Amino acid sequence: MPSDRAGGCPSAAATGHSLLDVMGLSGHYGPVRAIHQIDLRVGAGELVAIVGGNGAGKTTLLHTLSGLHPAHAGQIRFDGRDITRWLPHRIVAAGICQVLEGRQVFAPLSVEDNLRLGGYRQHRDRGWLREERERVYTLFPILAERRRQLAGTLSGGQQQMLAIGRALLGRPRLLLLDEPSMGLAPLLVEEIFRVIVELNQRGVTILLVEQNARAALAIAGRGYILETGRIAKTAPAAELLADDDVRRAYLGY
Amino acid sequence: MFEQVFQFLVTGITVGSLYALVGLGFALIYNASDVVNFAQGEFVMLGAMAAIALLSAGLPLPLAAVVATLLAVGVGLLLERFAIEPAAGASVVATIIITIGAAIFLRGIALLLWGKDFHTLPPFSGDAPIRLGGATVLPQSLWVLAATGVLVALVRAFFDRTLLGKALLACSFNRTAAQAVGINVKVMLRLAYGLSAGLGAVAGILIAPITFSSYEAGVMLGLKGFSAAIVGGIGNPMGAVAGGLLLGVLEALGAGLVSSGYKDAIAFLFVLMVLFFEPTGLFGHKVAERV
Repeated sequence: MPSDRAGGCPSAAATGHSLLDVMGLSGHYGPVRAIHQIDLRVGAGELVAIVGGNGAGKTTLLHTLSGLHPAHAGQIRFDGRDITRWLPHRIVAAGICQVLEGRQVFAPLSVEDNLRLGGYRQHRDRGWLREERERVYTLFPILAERRRQLAGTLSGGQQQMLAIGRALLGRPRLLLLDEPSMGLAPLLVEEIFRVIVELNQRGVTILLVEQNARAALAIAGRGYILETGRIAKTAPAAELLADDDVRRAYLGY
Repeated sequence: MFEQVFQFLVTGITVGSLYALVGLGFALIYNASDVVNFAQGEFVMLGAMAAIALLSAGLPLPLAAVVATLLAVGVGLLLERFAIEPAAGASVVATIIITIGAAIFLRGIALLLWGKDFHTLPPFSGDAPIRLGGATVLPQSLWVLAATGVLVALVRAFFDRTLLGKALLACSFNRTAAQAVGINVKVMLRLAYGLSAGLGAVAGILIAPITFSSYEAGVMLGLKGFSAAIVGGIGNPMGAVAGGLLLGVLEALGAGLVSSGYKDAIAFLFVLMVLFFEPTGLFGHKVAERV
């Protein structure tokens, strides 16, 4: 069954070239939150959602992809290269940038400094950084107004925007988003998700991890259901939205 | 009376400047890793002793000072690479104990190299005291003040104006986020150790013409620098500078007005009072937001 959302990301359908390939990935974060034997694929240009409840291993999975946690078994290939044992800074330089759960902006630094640090690995390309910073300010005009303000004094929604902007300055070829809707009012969630779609349409490949399954699957092309650290189901997002089990477990109707 | 107090102030600010430099070193490493580096005082001693040795080996004083500083930086980097880095992932307390071990080791090396004797450097520009109001100021004090001023300004500019400086700060604010933007935390740690060692060595070289130096000269200076960092709110570089100056002045006033025998006791009593009434230090605010 062709998903109507697949039309939303034509580049994915067009290239079909696989950007991220995860095979049999296992790891854990503390004694409980673990992932087991994860297989995952993200094609260039795709917007893929991973949904699951609290403690399903979503954050552990993203942290393992970005090198913040070690993988205990399995392989992560990015653009054909095996990056399983790479350190985080090298993974960022290769083009995987993560928006952490709970924003995690550098609170005592200004908005502008946060964005500058986002471009830490791109510091040689000053022209591009300046342009990209302006693009971020156009995307989130409120950040432009507050560029001298300390990041810690921003509202939750503004901090989320800043966290996304900071990741964009890392020049992501694959953007990992960890619960961008967490703790935000519905209107703000809508705005953040609109921006995510816009970024994807501009060509940024996105892996979106969300507890808010409905919102995530509504914008994604494909989705994975993560349950207690394992992939329980994968299908085009529209199919998952229509799936009875998924609806009962994650959509609440 | 006023002249006397003025004299004590001059002395206090001179000594306080050194505490400030050492405290700054503590703050840098603490920021990068939450670790209190108890080998900080040994960098001070190494700077002084190496400069003295190089001078007596025939190097001109400015060159001896520069080479001694670089040597200390090298020791700082080696310490990080071979003592701290292999223990990555160990608890903060374990790492602190490693730095104590490193301090004893460095002291032992210095004892082997230079013996137990006291050594001194000649003043940088003569020792004819300058009359200033009713007080006399040694030219070396002016060197101490000027060099401290320049170094503190440089460290400030490093944090305020350079991306590298902000990256170092970012590691202390949020290490996970720092890694997520691509900052190599290991490199930042090395940078912190190198900078701290350099600052300590400069402090040691500056003070060497005023006080005698020996293999264990770093112990007390290290403790005072640590106190400066605590008083200023550990992890706050400019707080450490202020704390150092405050500590130096109080010490000099206490020594002059009460008794010089109580000099150290007064300094440490002050630290205890600060910790009692203001546990995050006078200029600290970070502790509350650490989770």
